[in-house]
Amino acid sequence: MRSFNYHKPDTVDGVVSLLAGNENASVIAGGMTLLPTMKQRLAAPDDLVDISGVAGLAGVSMDGDMLVIGAMTRHADVAESEIVREKLPALAKLASRIGDQQVRHRGTIGGSISNNDPAADYPAAVLGLNAEIVTDKRTIPADEFFVAMFETALEPGEIVTAIRFPLPELAAYAKFPNPASRYAMAGVFVAKTGDGVRVAVTGAGPGVFRASDIEAALAESFDAGALDRISIDASELMSDIHADNEYRAHLVMVMARRAVGMALDAG
Amino acid sequence: MEISFVLNDEPVTVNVDPSTLLSDLVREQLSLTGTHVGCDTSQCGACVVHLNGDSVKSCTLLAVSVDGGDVRTVEGLSTNDKDLHPMQQAFRDNHGLQCGFCTPGMLMSAIDLVKHNPDPSEAEIREWLEGNICRCTGYQNIVKSIIAGAAAMRAAS
Amino acid sequence: MSAVIGIGSSPKRKEDARFVRGKGTYVADIKRPHMLAGVFLRSEHAHANLKSIDVSKALAQPGVKAVYTGEDMKADDVGGLPVGWGITDKNGDPMKEPPHPPIAQGKVRYVGDAVAFVVAQTVEQAEAAAELIEVEYEVLPAIVGLVDALRPDAPQLYDEVENNLCADWDLGDAAAVDAAFAQAAHVASIELVNNRLIGNPLEPRAAIGEFEYATGQYTLWTTSQFPHVVRLLMGEMVLHIPQHKLRVVAPDVGGGFGVKQFHYAEEAVVTWAAGKLGRPVKWVAQRSEGFVSDAHGRDHVTEAELALDEDGKFLAMRVKTLANMGAYLSTFGPNIPTNLYAPLLSGVYTIPSIYCEVKCVFTNTVPVDAYRGAGRPEATFVVERLVDMAAREMGIDKIDIRKRNMIPKEAYPYQTPVIVEYDSGDPLGCLERAEELADVAGFEARRAEAASRGKYRGLGISTYIEACGLAPSRLAGQLGARGGLYESATVRVHPSGVVTVLIGTHNHGQGHETTFAQIVSDRLGVPFEDIDIVFGDTDKVQFGMGTYGSRSLVVGGAALSHASDKVILKGRKIAAHQLEASLEDIVFENGEFSVAGTDRKKSFQEIAGAAYVPFDFPLETLEPGLEEQAYYDPVNFTYPGGAHFAEVEIDPDTGIVTLERYTAVDDVGTIINPMIVEGQLQGGIVQGIGQALFEHGVYDNASGQLLAGSFMDYCMPRADNFPQLKIEPHSTQCAHTPMGVKGCGECGTIGSPAAIISAVVDALKPLGVAHVDMPASPNHIWNIIRNAPAPIAAE
Repeated sequence: MRSFNYHKPDTVDGVVSLLAGNENASVIAGGMTLLPTMKQRLAAPDDLVDISGVAGLAGVSMDGDMLVIGAMTRHADVAESEIVREKLPALAKLASRIGDQQVRHRGTIGGSISNNDPAADYPAAVLGLNAEIVTDKRTIPADEFFVAMFETALEPGEIVTAIRFPLPELAAYAKFPNPASRYAMAGVFVAKTGDGVRVAVTGAGPGVFRASDIEAALAESFDAGALDRISIDASELMSDIHADNEYRAHLVMVMARRAVGMALDAG
Repeated sequence: MEISFVLNDEPVTVNVDPSTLLSDLVREQLSLTGTHVGCDTSQCGACVVHLNGDSVKSCTLLAVSVDGGDVRTVEGLSTNDKDLHPMQQAFRDNHGLQCGFCTPGMLMSAIDLVKHNPDPSEAEIREWLEGNICRCTGYQNIVKSIIAGAAAMRAAS
Repeated sequence: MSAVIGIGSSPKRKEDARFVRGKGTYVADIKRPHMLAGVFLRSEHAHANLKSIDVSKALAQPGVKAVYTGEDMKADDVGGLPVGWGITDKNGDPMKEPPHPPIAQGKVRYVGDAVAFVVAQTVEQAEAAAELIEVEYEVLPAIVGLVDALRPDAPQLYDEVENNLCADWDLGDAAAVDAAFAQAAHVASIELVNNRLIGNPLEPRAAIGEFEYATGQYTLWTTSQFPHVVRLLMGEMVLHIPQHKLRVVAPDVGGGFGVKQFHYAEEAVVTWAAGKLGRPVKWVAQRSEGFVSDAHGRDHVTEAELALDEDGKFLAMRVKTLANMGAYLSTFGPNIPTNLYAPLLSGVYTIPSIYCEVKCVFTNTVPVDAYRGAGRPEATFVVERLVDMAAREMGIDKIDIRKRNMIPKEAYPYQTPVIVEYDSGDPLGCLERAEELADVAGFEARRAEAASRGKYRGLGISTYIEACGLAPSRLAGQLGARGGLYESATVRVHPSGVVTVLIGTHNHGQGHETTFAQIVSDRLGVPFEDIDIVFGDTDKVQFGMGTYGSRSLVVGGAALSHASDKVILKGRKIAAHQLEASLEDIVFENGEFSVAGTDRKKSFQEIAGAAYVPFDFPLETLEPGLEEQAYYDPVNFTYPGGAHFAEVEIDPDTGIVTLERYTAVDDVGTIINPMIVEGQLQGGIVQGIGQALFEHGVYDNASGQLLAGSFMDYCMPRADNFPQLKIEPHSTQCAHTPMGVKGCGECGTIGSPAAIISAVVDALKPLGVAHVDMPASPNHIWNIIRNAPAPIAAE
């Protein structure tokens, strides 16, 4: 990979000032996506700002009714957190199946959602649970955060510091992994709250999205049978050598039914 | 940049370019070539080492990020060259390797598994090995080795 | 604790002492003084004329020592990469054999074809410089599909190769087959694809070239399965380096599977560059680079027909295959789908006549060559799918139809209608034992139980036979081999009686250091610990053809056995002298030379010592020293075989196929080390299942880009894809190898793909599915289920 200047500030302000006005700077959290990209010379930042030295960015806590996960919290720590397991077990389970154990030991929730890979797992949970993304500047609702493939509402130089999850009544995530990469080929997060039902789909489209027909059907009756006559439009989904868009559309429905079943079983 | 860390129980201080990967640092600069590189997409797991006790892929880790940390490679599994770690012994006893290329990563991953789960089932072992590819053994004897290695580690602790 | 460990034992492997400690020495681990790093710039286009290559900016980069193109090699009179096996067209013409320059000249023909080689102080510098090479491509239409490549309007790879056809080859008696088909009560037919595979040994390929001006000596370290052959091919035909001035070393190699048994361009380029620069030059492939530069495997399209009588007895078989050669002929490319394919089409069955036509076709893809099994998995897949098809169409049980047509044990040696004569085997014995072990009787109950869970369960079967122990040179020569296929071994007994074996095969996971030591321990009565096996270095080992085609134990082990016999004979001569007896009276048993009928004896170690202290030797008749060498050329191939059962479940919701059970009963002849043999079978079976369920080297038809170009897209089998396998030997002894061994390295990849697909098809039986192409990926199976004429619930 191409060489760069390495910075490891110990405060958020330090990170922000290094990023300010520097278009060729990148933030590195766990590096699970950025480093492979740099190794392939597809990314070549002049400055790399490592945020692992910033105190207070990692950790899990409750803030009133909200579960707060620091941006630098590793997947393995979310998966093993007693708090997450108790308050939001669907999220702990999702985290326990991201990548492999070595990825889970490095990859972070903030890195995952900031990257917004269309096949990543966390965006489905963040969107499905209507979480809030806290940055150094503001709080962004999940519905506004994920903009397009590898694109978020984050402005240049803005970094995610935490994610705040409201606790649902019922929730679950079901994914069908790509047989080769093990990323989600179709992943569906369903969540039932006092306000209704939210369903977020990852892996199938060019970015995570909410499936409104599925949400409407489940709002009427939260059981897998409610989805029997629902289908989703394949035309906007992705096709590749592993799955064509019609298969992905079908898998989304299968995973949605499974997620509902899992949510009910867990509840 | 100068970084200091503990490598296989010995303190080391080295100068590295920030773009150096941990796998390159241990292999090229520190001549510990037991850590192997089998892919460029962080999938194969031949490069797995322990960082602060956790298994990580050293091909997807900047050397600078281990500054102040504790790194263990396959060469550091036993305190001397003669004795084997129980997991190494189990791989040898159960024909858990053929060409030997994936073996260091398999060992490091397996030992981390036993740390999390001292008595893993066959299914748990197979699931844990998602990040380690072997092309020779069909995984059959690797699974057998890890069951035996876990038992030996439990007995030793 | 030193003891004799002989044939039939499973000692811990000697090589593992270094591998579990991370102390193996692979090529990428080697550093040479003042070594430079080399990086290839590879074509991003599948087919293009090279209009110009401007290397000036790259050359000006810091650390860059040289940038070489194909024209530079041409100016140095570097030859093209040779083909080790030529085939003849059915009209009598030799195959079309266009030149294969190590770096492209004038034209690139696949994505990954080398365009330039950059040498710099560091890999990073070389990579940065490679990005600055300006190549002007005139992009041409590309062709990657076999059927399309033969169409007259297809893009043409070579001016001198009409219709991209390398050779139109055939084997067998077409007239006899036609006559049998005319008489047949039933004809079963099938069209199938054998999917392109990428071998992906876990160690990427690597090479280091070195040149010493003072001596004129070149050295190449390379990830090779056959260093002596690389020395021969590269030295004589590519770089014109005399054999005695070229040393090739293949140290520990991290898996081969055929992928490393070819002479590759990179080996020649680093060696040549080292000569030009006078400094060592190292190249290590990235995995993604390996995907587009390691030779691929399989890639056939086949139409086959089987003629049967009213009782389901096979009368004749007709096979037409298109085989992809890729863009250039790799070392053994044209041999694989012809000589290693058609002669196996009789399977384990009596089929009176067989005719096979194979068209070898050039396409804009990575060259295709041997991959574990090489030709024989393709043949087995054709035969076994055809037999399943016939059983289904004629309403005969698929196990029963096989039993009706199997070659009975007493019919061996059995001459097939396609050249080969099987020396030994017991296919029915294998099948019956496998049936029992797989609990075939209990299958319908398991199917019903799966159906109650909404899953389709299927039972699949495959029998197989392979020709291995490559190869009898005389026969190989008749079939177009351009070199012999014997093996050599030297047994060097040191004065203390410990032994070094120097052997021409190459160990890259197969456990040779252990198995071969067992043979010597058994033969000479020397403790296992006192024997070391040396391989992989042309400066140490006399000669050898390397490791492939399940030949190491069969051919190399035989050479070792013969060399051991010579040591014993020499030892008896020394003992006769020392014990003052005649040679005829000296017997060698349990590591001791004794005078028959007396208690006068000398240990092996005493005789070894005496051999090097010849104070009173009758030097006219007895030389000092105890070191013997043998070359062994087999009289026939060996024919391992067996019967495999697979049981799968299919989730109709997702199309995912789950392997539930796998049973293999294999006849590999005498087993030297049961642990190692089982490991070879396990690994091979899983690789074959990989072909059937997961792996596919997919190209984009329009652009010629490899779409499955990394582990993110090429699905490697992983631990959680498999249950434990049931494996049991059922051996008959090979009639012609010294120890009765047959070889076992390729059995798994040969037997398992057909068993898996048979099971998948059986699971989908309620839907009326007759065949499923590989890999049976979830999307593929879901499409089949969705498009089935009358979807029926699993219940």
